[in-house]
Amino acid sequence: MQEIAFLEPDPAIMARREEIAAGLAALLSGEGLVTDPRELVPFETDAFTAYRRVPLAVVLPATTGEVAAVLRYCAEQGVPVVPRGAGTSLAGGAIPQEDAVVIGVSRMSRILEVDYDNRTATVQAGATNLSISDRVAADGFFYAPDPSSQLACTIAGNIAMNSGGAHCLKYGVTTNNLLGARLVLMDGTIIELGGKALDAPGLDLLGLLCGSEGQIGIITEATVRLLARPEGARPVLFGFDSSEVAGACVSEIIGSGIIPVAIEFMDKPAIEICEAFAKAGYPLDVEALLIIEVEGSDAEMDAMLARIIAIAKKHGVKSVKESQSATQAAQIWKGRKSAFGATGRIADYICMDGTVPLGQLSHVLRETYTIIERYGLRVANVFHAGDGNMHPLILYNVNDPDEAQKAEAAGADILKLCVDAGGCLTGEHGVGVEKRDLMLHQFTETDLNQQMAVRAAFDPDWRLNPSKVFPLELDMRKAS
Amino acid sequence: MAAPETLTPASEAEACAMVAEARAAGRTLAISGAGSKNAIGRPVTADAAIVTTSLSGIVEYNPEELVIVARAGTPVAEIETALAANNQALMFEPSDWSRLLGSDAGQTIGGIAATNMSGPRRIIAGAARDSLLGVRFVNGRGEAIKNGGRVMKNVTGLDLVKLMAGSWGTLGLITETAFKVLPRAETETTLVIDGADGAEAARLMTAAMGTSAEVSGAAHLPAALSGAVLGAGHENHASTLLRLEGFADSVAERIKRLKPQIGTGRQIAELDAAASQRAWIAIRDVHPFADGSDTPVWRISVPPMAGHTVAGQILGAAAGQAFFDWQGGLVWLRFDGGDARADLVRGAVATHAGGHALLVRAAEDVRARTPVFHPEPAPVAALSERIRASIDPDGVFNSGRRAFNSGRDAA
Repeated sequence: MQEIAFLEPDPAIMARREEIAAGLAALLSGEGLVTDPRELVPFETDAFTAYRRVPLAVVLPATTGEVAAVLRYCAEQGVPVVPRGAGTSLAGGAIPQEDAVVIGVSRMSRILEVDYDNRTATVQAGATNLSISDRVAADGFFYAPDPSSQLACTIAGNIAMNSGGAHCLKYGVTTNNLLGARLVLMDGTIIELGGKALDAPGLDLLGLLCGSEGQIGIITEATVRLLARPEGARPVLFGFDSSEVAGACVSEIIGSGIIPVAIEFMDKPAIEICEAFAKAGYPLDVEALLIIEVEGSDAEMDAMLARIIAIAKKHGVKSVKESQSATQAAQIWKGRKSAFGATGRIADYICMDGTVPLGQLSHVLRETYTIIERYGLRVANVFHAGDGNMHPLILYNVNDPDEAQKAEAAGADILKLCVDAGGCLTGEHGVGVEKRDLMLHQFTETDLNQQMAVRAAFDPDWRLNPSKVFPLELDMRKAS
Repeated sequence: MAAPETLTPASEAEACAMVAEARAAGRTLAISGAGSKNAIGRPVTADAAIVTTSLSGIVEYNPEELVIVARAGTPVAEIETALAANNQALMFEPSDWSRLLGSDAGQTIGGIAATNMSGPRRIIAGAARDSLLGVRFVNGRGEAIKNGGRVMKNVTGLDLVKLMAGSWGTLGLITETAFKVLPRAETETTLVIDGADGAEAARLMTAAMGTSAEVSGAAHLPAALSGAVLGAGHENHASTLLRLEGFADSVAERIKRLKPQIGTGRQIAELDAAASQRAWIAIRDVHPFADGSDTPVWRISVPPMAGHTVAGQILGAAAGQAFFDWQGGLVWLRFDGGDARADLVRGAVATHAGGHALLVRAAEDVRARTPVFHPEPAPVAALSERIRASIDPDGVFNSGRRAFNSGRDAA
């Protein structure tokens, strides 16, 4: 396993740093330009911290017009651009390069309009995911996708990576909850996609935009769907003696016609890590834990839980623990949502994100342990069992180069395993730089050339987030 | 209009060869499935037709994985039968406009994907494109392309699945689809509120959708069209329909909760499961306008609260009828006769918060002089054209229907 390669920075662009900074300064208002080397440091990486590159400059535009002006300037000057939301990508989607201008949307964070009649919110793209739900909560509404980083991550980043979360089993991911977007193309053209209607004419460019990883344009505004909040929600903990049994129980629950709003799985190492951090009351004497959340009125939740508990008992569930209060429910979710952070307290880790067909969960989990043992590492598994999106956290010591390399190699083996089981490399984190070089395991070169050709329809000179998603050895020019 | 020659590939490899050959010879191809929607849009001008009906059959279906993979030419009826045997269904409730268009060709699953046909449950469960997990297609170079997959969460690479969904055969020939499926609801009940006018109905539907009752269908029928959907006893009563699906105890509980929340003094009747199913199929498949004629029928998609206003403006200027699905945001509108009046329709859409209008049915001469698909702003149209060229560089596919916008597709 080799280190991930970045494109060689263009020395001609690097040499023009001051001229480019001056050119950008003329286009931006207020505190919109960052060029001081110390102030550039926070932008050198994202949540995929193993790799760092200090960019040429960072711009933080205040308006769509400023974004358009900066993009037009960069296109004219031949300068690469790396879009950035909050920098929470786990896949290195926002890691800059030395000859690139980072365009961050964080200053455009206002909620522009809430329309309860049509159940939409229109926001500037730098608004955080949680700020939308916070704004409408008192009126009984919420925005459904809820990635673990929702306190910090922006809607622009959510759209670019098509973010999911724990509750997408019922509510879908970003692409299923986005109705409209304002997009600035690399040449500075501003286009409006969709709106408040439930579908849009012509080709589904909004669908193409979701998960395009900052390679087709910069999003400055979005219109998202709001949903009415359920009467109540209750997470319940189910402890099992083995992961296989837990997996079989999940299959039967779904097969019976019950779609809980979330079914989260944790194995023993994950349970121990999260419990030590969150004190959520997770059982420590089990091998596998399911957090199953149901929604509705008390009577509905009671009825649905009775059905689920009956199935779990058939599968020999060892312990069942219902949350007795809103505080307890919050504790249970805090444990799950802080799984990555809590793991980070005891070791360095890399988080995989493959999705597999539901019938393959047990097989893939078993093989994951085998792979990890082969490399002499440790792993904690937390994942969205209802939709097959796995999150093995591979623990290692970042200061031990040998172990770091083993961790990356083990991660690659696990992702290939997911693909071979009929799944994919990434369910919700994105390809970024992290999984770029594995793309040819899932796709043929012809498949990827077609994707690159479509991408080139937006950005023919390959300036937007250039070293991401597609293996560098593929010829970008040939594709376009 | 019959094309001079019909190609019927029996495998994806054969389809690739046929497309490559057509491309090399500079010939154009008109893509279709069973052909039930061939009467939509400008007549496709092509040297030959390529149809998917021999690319048929379910490839993979394990009910516990909640996914069905099928070749594009598989009849929708076959898919629905296989799913029903396992108590599952396509959540987006694919609509079938055959009766509206006077076709008995039946629908293929590839055709559903290519036209993004989504029924009443769209408002809660998403459109066809939201359930479409993966496709295989042949591009204009004659290459087989895979995109997406058969898992429920997948952000690996650029999402060409969405691009193919609703592309109406203008990008490539879909050869295989993978759709997410879910368990069917145990039962359903529909509340029928009697006598509301369009504006009041919009408010009632909006109130209902703003509750946690998980209403899975919200439609409004004016008095003149109620009978066509609800049958005897409902003629000449405007009806506003709210559907609830799920386990029987849950449906009962939610109805109890919902009734006071929508706050109406009007009479509310309940349709049992069988009657409810019949009503929603009639709405989904546009039965009120399936009159055997070819008078113009528009499908107008606008923000939910704008539907009745848009319809009111149009019908104030020309005689016709309209009914509403998707909480009011999907307007089905039929003119009593004559021209399609595209300017009137699209002008009303533009005035009231935006959206789009598709001319679903009209006589061939009317379609020939009307932009059937909604014109797009110039930068979006230019971009779409570049995307199309990146997939079908020589314009092999569906040349008459190509580029949804403007008069260009008449050329």
